[in-house]
Amino acid sequence: MIEGFTALYIFMLAAFTGYEVISRVPVILHTPLMSGSNFVHGIVLVGAMVAMGQADTGLEKLIGFIGVVLGAGNAVGGYVVTERMLEMFKSSKEAR
Amino acid sequence: MDLLIQLSYFIAAALFIIGLKRMSSPATARGGIVWAGVGMLVATGITFFWPGMQNYVWMTLALAIGGGAAWYTGKKVQMTDMPQMIAIYNGMGGGAAAAIAAVELLKGDFHSEVFLVLAVIGALIGSVAFSGSMIAFAKLQGLIKRSLVFPGQQLINLAVFAGTLLTGALLMGQGESGTSLILAFFLLALGFGVLMTLPIGGADMPVVISLYNALTGLAVAFEGFVLGNAAMIIAGTVVGSAGTLLTQLMAKAMNRPLSNVLFSGFGSHAAAGAQQGPEGSMKEIDATDAAVMMGYADKVIIVPGYGMAVAQAQHKIWELAELLEERGVEVKFAIHPVAGRMPGHMNVLLAEAGVPYDKIYDLDEINAEFPQADVALVIGANDVVNPAARENPDSPIYGMPILDVDKAKNVIVIKRGKGKGFSGIENDLFFRDNTRMLYGDGQEAASKLIAEVKQL
Repeated sequence: MIEGFTALYIFMLAAFTGYEVISRVPVILHTPLMSGSNFVHGIVLVGAMVAMGQADTGLEKLIGFIGVVLGAGNAVGGYVVTERMLEMFKSSKEAR
Repeated sequence: MDLLIQLSYFIAAALFIIGLKRMSSPATARGGIVWAGVGMLVATGITFFWPGMQNYVWMTLALAIGGGAAWYTGKKVQMTDMPQMIAIYNGMGGGAAAAIAAVELLKGDFHSEVFLVLAVIGALIGSVAFSGSMIAFAKLQGLIKRSLVFPGQQLINLAVFAGTLLTGALLMGQGESGTSLILAFFLLALGFGVLMTLPIGGADMPVVISLYNALTGLAVAFEGFVLGNAAMIIAGTVVGSAGTLLTQLMAKAMNRPLSNVLFSGFGSHAAAGAQQGPEGSMKEIDATDAAVMMGYADKVIIVPGYGMAVAQAQHKIWELAELLEERGVEVKFAIHPVAGRMPGHMNVLLAEAGVPYDKIYDLDEINAEFPQADVALVIGANDVVNPAARENPDSPIYGMPILDVDKAKNVIVIKRGKGKGFSGIENDLFFRDNTRMLYGDGQEAASKLIAEVKQL
């Protein structure tokens, strides 16, 4: 378990990291990057798996099941579309 | 085993950050997503060994269903439809975060009040991101045609939001909550996401999708706190802040403050400024003359807009550009930050057609070059080249940064008909002395130009 101020520190540092990583991005990469960050929050899948794995009642299991389906969709879909978009970025030297 | 799990999450978090960093430069972008992908595989794989887990069979089935469906749709989707796919995958993430919160709330055994509060806030944000993204998807896909605006709308939205907060606060107050209260909370939160997104116009959707992307990140981070999962906290927070920055960049590129996008139906203020029609008349040109003009030019700047993508003309346009280059003409592509449906969307579409990214220029890079260009070829773009944004303070788009195509020696505009642009604003550019209109479908017009240039 991550408690109290440790969690707060992680939160702060991660927020600055995200800001720094994006701050000097050329416009041409905005869409792929949005898609890429969309993929990264697909990590929610891991949480959904844990929630489902510890579910006891039928209702909890059902909601957990839905959560895992949605989380898997986020992760896999996010990866596939980002990869397809970035696949097309080539400079003129590589293209010929 | 616990150590191995924690180590795997640590590695995953590091890989996500490295991946995002690499994705922020064109040269390394393709590798970046692979790094992040490896991180995701590591994190997902190790989670099967989380202590005290059950329901493995159903879990695997859920993974297969969600993953399979997303894989199939993601591979199949057209590049022009990319924004709505991002919306839907993003919404799924928000929904998953909300589902985690729902399970935890139903179990009700929180270690401390703080976790309960975080779970509820994460559930609220996740639900709004889920239902809002689905509406955004439906709008971009054309399933919902019009922006729904009715009197008293903002009051109703406010009431629903207040109701959501109230039930949320009740949930926080009680450690052990009844199922009906939890259900009411989620229904209200989902309803608010729908109501909030419905009045927003299609042109503003990219900003909204980006905002929901950031919100989902936050929701994931909050549920990460609840589950004590550092990978979720870090990945969610990084996306939350990066997404917020991206959203601001996009809103700035459209010259509209975010509050304006969210709280005013688009077009309401455009109608207010009663405009005079621009002076002069539109002058037509046929493909032969246009081809001559470009074939004997020294420098041609091509300005594509979403209309080009709709007509699927990007391959033809690139073919035309290559032909011109063989003749010794210098060809550059100029892209407005909001060309396409999202910033950078047009770059993706051109890249798909094989245009190398070093021939594509941003607004800031290219604007100084228009006066030296012999021909500016505008295809399917309208509002982003309207000089009224620079010259006419009464225009609704006044102040929006535009591409200064009107400063080129000649302007050729390929356009379907005489209609107005996405925003319904008359374009002064079409009436200028140095502008010639080439009417027709983008793809057809480009094919004709190619044929004519070949004959020169």
